[in-house]
Amino acid sequence: MKSENLVEINNLNFAYDTRAILKGINMTMPRGKVIAIMGGSGSGKTTLLRLIGGTVAPSSGSVRFDGQIVHELDRESLFRLRRKMSMLFQFGALFTDLSVFDNVAFQMREHTDLPESMIRDLVLMKLQAVGLRGAHHLMPSQLSGGMARRVALARSIALDPVLCMYDEPFTGLDPISLGVIASLIRRLTDALGMTSIIVTHDVQSSLRMVDYIYFIADGVVAAQGTPAEIRDSVAPFVHQFVHGEEDGPVPFHYPADTYANDLKLGNSLV
Amino acid sequence: MSDRIIAGIRGIGHRVIEAVWRLGYASRFFLLILTKSGTSFRRFGLVIREMYFAGVQSLIIIIVSGLFVGMVLGLQGYETLQKYGSESATGILVALSLVRELGPVVAALLFASRAGSAITAEIGLMKTTEQLSAMEMMAIDPVARVVAPRFWAGVLSMPLLAALFSVMGIFGGHLIAVVVIGVDEGSFWSQMQSVVDFRYDILNGFIKTFVFGVAITAIAVFEGYDAPPTAAGVSGATTRTVVTSSLIILGLDFILTAFMFRGMS
Repeated sequence: MKSENLVEINNLNFAYDTRAILKGINMTMPRGKVIAIMGGSGSGKTTLLRLIGGTVAPSSGSVRFDGQIVHELDRESLFRLRRKMSMLFQFGALFTDLSVFDNVAFQMREHTDLPESMIRDLVLMKLQAVGLRGAHHLMPSQLSGGMARRVALARSIALDPVLCMYDEPFTGLDPISLGVIASLIRRLTDALGMTSIIVTHDVQSSLRMVDYIYFIADGVVAAQGTPAEIRDSVAPFVHQFVHGEEDGPVPFHYPADTYANDLKLGNSLV
Repeated sequence: MSDRIIAGIRGIGHRVIEAVWRLGYASRFFLLILTKSGTSFRRFGLVIREMYFAGVQSLIIIIVSGLFVGMVLGLQGYETLQKYGSESATGILVALSLVRELGPVVAALLFASRAGSAITAEIGLMKTTEQLSAMEMMAIDPVARVVAPRFWAGVLSMPLLAALFSVMGIFGGHLIAVVVIGVDEGSFWSQMQSVVDFRYDILNGFIKTFVFGVAITAIAVFEGYDAPPTAAGVSGATTRTVVTSSLIILGLDFILTAFMFRGMS
C-alpha cells in the first residue's frame, strides 16, 4: 500500500566540504499537496530540492521518495525514479536550440516510442494548459521571461509526473506573469493529482496558493504550518520574514568588529 | 624572505598538482564519453545534426583558407624551384606540403578556432543556464545526449574538412602555377601523381587529421562541461580550448611526423 506521504525527509544532514548546509531536517510532503519551502538566500532550499532529485547525496539521514530511499539507488534506478518527478528551474532552463514545441516534446521523444502524431497532440494539449499553444513554433529566445517559465512548466508536466519541484518559479516576473504562474501551479497540481514543492522567497504568493509551508533558517526547520498558522505566527523569525522586516533574528549587519574599530577611531570617541 | 620562497614553491606545487588532477579528470571524462557513445550510434541523426554545426558551418573558412594557402604555395614553390629549372615540380611541392602537413595542421587549427570554440561555448552555456541539470533531472544523461554526439561529429568532420582543405589548396596551387604563371599542366599533374604516395602521404595525412579531430573535440567538450557556470567561466573555457588545442595539434604533429616519415627517401 502506498504511503500517504510522497516524500519523507528524515534527519537529513548535508554539508559542502565541511560547511554544514542542512542540519537534521525532517519534513513530510503528502500526496496531492502544494508545499512551499521558504527561507533566506543561501539557506539550503535549492540544495533540498537537489537532494530529493538525487543529484547530490546527503551526509547522513535520508530522503524517501515514493517508498524508495533516493541516495541508495544506483544510477539506473535513480533515472527510473526521476521519470516520476520533474523540476522547473529558476529561469526555465529551456533548451535554447529547440523550439517551444520540441522542448515540450523532448522527454516524450527520449523516453517513449509514441508516434509523432500522438506526440504532437500531447504537446499541444500541454501548451494549451499553460496558454501557449499559439507559441509552439517560437524559439526560447523569442519568449518573455514569463512565457519561458510557462513553457518550462508545460515541459515539466510532459510525462505527467507525480512530483513537480519548482526552484524560485516567481523570480523576476511582473505581477501578471507571477499570478499566472502561481495559479497554473495550483491548477495543474489539482488537475493532474500530482504533488508540488515550491522553493520561493515570495511570501504573499505562497500564502495564497500553498497547503503547507516550511521555513528553513540556519540549516534547520525554523517554522512550519498552514498559511493561516504562518500568518498568525508570533515567532520572531516568521514575523520578520512574512513582513519583510530588515532587522530581527536574521540580522541586517553581517558579523563584524565594532564600527569604531573598523573606522580606526580608537579612543577619540571617548 | 624565506617565507616568500616557500610560498613560491608551494604555489608551484599547488599548480602542478592541480594540473595533474585536471589531466586525470579529463582522461576519465574521455573514457566516460567512449562508454556512453551507444546513443550516438543508435541515433546517428544526433551526430549528423552536430556535424552540420561543426563541419558544414566550417566549410567557408576551410575552403577560402585552403585556396589561399595553395595559391601562396604555388607562388613560393614556383619562385624557388625555377631557380633550379624544376618549376614543373611545383605540383609535387604543393601536393606534398598540403597532404602531409599543411592540410591536416592548418585545417585542424582552423577547426579548433571555429568549431572547437563553438562546442565549448555551447556546452558551457548549457551548463550555465541549467540545461544540463534539467536534462539530468529528466533522467536523460547529458554526456550521452549532448557531449558524445558532439564529440563524434567533430571526430568525423575533421578528416573531411582537412581533405577538402588539401583539395582546395591543390586547386589554388594549380590556379597560380599553371593558369597564371604558365607551368606546363601535364607535368604539373603527372609529377604530382607519380610522387604522391597513397600509403605514405595520403593515409598518413588522414591518420593525423583523425588524431587531431579526437584531440580537438575531446578538449572542446571537456572544457565546456567543466566550465564554471559564469560568463567569465565560459569565456575562459573557450579561450583554453583554442590555446590548448592549438598547442596540442602542433606537438602531436611533430610526434606523428617523426614516426611516420622517419628515414623516408
